[in-house]
Amino acid sequence: MRYQRRVAAVGLIAASALVLGACGSDENAGGGGVTAVEGVQCGGKPDLRSSGSSAQNNAMTRFVATYQQTCQGQTLNYTPSGSGAGRNEFLGGQTDFAGSDSALKDGDETNRAQQRCASPAWNLPLVFGPVAVAYNVAGVTDLVLDGTTTARIFNGQITTWNDPAIAALNQGKQLPAAPIVVNFRSDESGTTENFQKYLVAASNGAYGKEAAQTFNGGVGAGARGSQGVADATKNTPNSITYVEASFAQRGGLAMAQIINAGGGAPVALSPESVGAAINNVQVSGQGNDLKLDLNSLYQASAPGAYPIALATYEIVCSNYADDQTASAVRAFLSTALSPNAQQALPEAGYVPLPDQFKQRLTTAVNAIQ
Amino acid sequence: MTERTTEQAPSRSSQDESSAAGSSTIDTVTEPDPARGRSQGSPIQGRGERIFRGLTSGSGLLVVAAVAAIGLFLLVQAVPSLLANNANFFTSPVFDTRDAANLNFGIRDLLVVTLLSSLFALAIAMPISLGIALFLTQYTPKRVSRPFAYIIDLLAAVPSIIYGLWGIAVLAPALLPIAEWLSGNLGWFFLFAPGNLPVLTGTIFTGGVVLAVMILPIITAVTREVFSQTPRFHIEAAQALGATRWEVIRMAVLPYGRSGYIAGSMLGLGRALGETIAVLIVIRAATTPSGFSLFDGGYTFASLIASAASEFSQPLPTGAYIAAGLVLFVLTFVVNAIARVVAGGKVNG
Repeated sequence: MRYQRRVAAVGLIAASALVLGACGSDENAGGGGVTAVEGVQCGGKPDLRSSGSSAQNNAMTRFVATYQQTCQGQTLNYTPSGSGAGRNEFLGGQTDFAGSDSALKDGDETNRAQQRCASPAWNLPLVFGPVAVAYNVAGVTDLVLDGTTTARIFNGQITTWNDPAIAALNQGKQLPAAPIVVNFRSDESGTTENFQKYLVAASNGAYGKEAAQTFNGGVGAGARGSQGVADATKNTPNSITYVEASFAQRGGLAMAQIINAGGGAPVALSPESVGAAINNVQVSGQGNDLKLDLNSLYQASAPGAYPIALATYEIVCSNYADDQTASAVRAFLSTALSPNAQQALPEAGYVPLPDQFKQRLTTAVNAIQ
Repeated sequence: MTERTTEQAPSRSSQDESSAAGSSTIDTVTEPDPARGRSQGSPIQGRGERIFRGLTSGSGLLVVAAVAAIGLFLLVQAVPSLLANNANFFTSPVFDTRDAANLNFGIRDLLVVTLLSSLFALAIAMPISLGIALFLTQYTPKRVSRPFAYIIDLLAAVPSIIYGLWGIAVLAPALLPIAEWLSGNLGWFFLFAPGNLPVLTGTIFTGGVVLAVMILPIITAVTREVFSQTPRFHIEAAQALGATRWEVIRMAVLPYGRSGYIAGSMLGLGRALGETIAVLIVIRAATTPSGFSLFDGGYTFASLIASAASEFSQPLPTGAYIAAGLVLFVLTFVVNAIARVVAGGKVNG
């Protein structure tokens, strides 16, 4: 009797823990509002397999929902196992295409892809996620930063909020004399790598650290995951961090306006301002291989272009050995590029592709054989 | 509580037959003897006897074999990485495995953070557990003590991820004034010196308090069980000599339960050393190594491994983390050995 009651009590706690735990899970694709896309040529392999970058996972779940709606009986299974694993599984022939935060590396990886596909592999930058410089300073909602100042904050050269360098960009605003607390990602992440690449590219050498998957700025306190840094910034007065825009929005954090390399007016983060930067990005790949020169994104100089975004690729074969696979990959990517799928992206924290750039992707997708 | 004690008994029996909580252990071990006497002349009972004996010794050997296999696995996986390591494994404070061709990893900082957080947790939890156990066994009637004991035991059933979230979201802000006072007034003492984090939340201090709450039920459960087994005549003898309640506790209960209390504390320390998710969430990562202050941040062995687990793809960097796991494994053994020495290995009853 005593034992039973004990078990019941433990069960109750366990059950409530499960319920509470469930609340913390990632936001999944909203089932509602998914509509079929007209004009996509369905057919081919019914179940595609793909794996890789977790940064594009939420976009992929939305694409897959639209794909299933558009092509009845066809689906794609995307496993967010990390970019490195995704590329390896694609090169090993276990998956039909890879999702990756970075393009195939020149040399060995490109050669292996050539072998796997018996044709060149293409890097298609399909999903862009803007990265916000989010901060928590009481009474300041419209902070303005530029590349150099941001870099000097994140490498510890600027230590207080009322530093002359920040004050010069924010005239007339009341900045506290408090020390700046930098919150960084303690786990390895593509966000950290891309943000540091931005700091390197946009600061004229002021950052002075290596851009890697781990934070090398040498200041601040680490927190785990995007949610971790967003929470830490929310709970720590006078702190600043870099995080995917969706986490900053959900956490109600203020996001800095960035003066881009063109030196014009400060640009707030929005789908339009990120789209403006994407439209001006340079492609370093040949033909339909749309590998990006990311420095041209980070150094975007067009007025109204927000320069900090994480680009994630789909890595595909230009000519699949199996025609069935090729037509299914084409159908999936065409669905993903359709307005129906693109307009669902902002609520998941990504930006819809601007028309000009989308045209290049469409051309490439249609050329997959 | 009896079911918990018997659960633990088999694993302890091989190490410490005479520990206080081991009274039930001895029962289990010696039980076959009278049965053997009875079974003579009955072949069916004799076979049952042999099967039961085989099962029990098999279970015992299985545990030993499993521990040995874990140790062997850790060693085999760790050695190639240790050979490829370019830093001193024991004294280097950096743990850099990003480049498989140039591994630089050492455990100094992990050891400092692990020990500091666990010992701080133990320092908080031990006196509180002792108080709770004495209160429940000596000061309250059974009617009151039983529901009380349930509540304490329920603390052990809360998942550690919940402790982690609670620790960083609720406890850390609540502890901030205390942390500020300590660092402001006792900053000259090395434990409260300014740390390597720019903030006073999410430090080893915060993590230690969370760990203390987590190990409290384990220590309390064992201690309470031992105290409640204090022989009646010891207590009555003390009372007959005119001892007050406090003197009874000091002269009869505490000496009898001392080794059980220490054994329980070591179980708690074992959990604190190996705690992963709560520590990972609560203690913030720092950019410089710890300087032995409670207001430092960093990784413990377990939290570092958990933090990097999603990136394990190449054998050499993975081996580096397994080497860290091996040290934690050895550390736990050392802690147990020390506990045995401190406890004296016998019940003073």
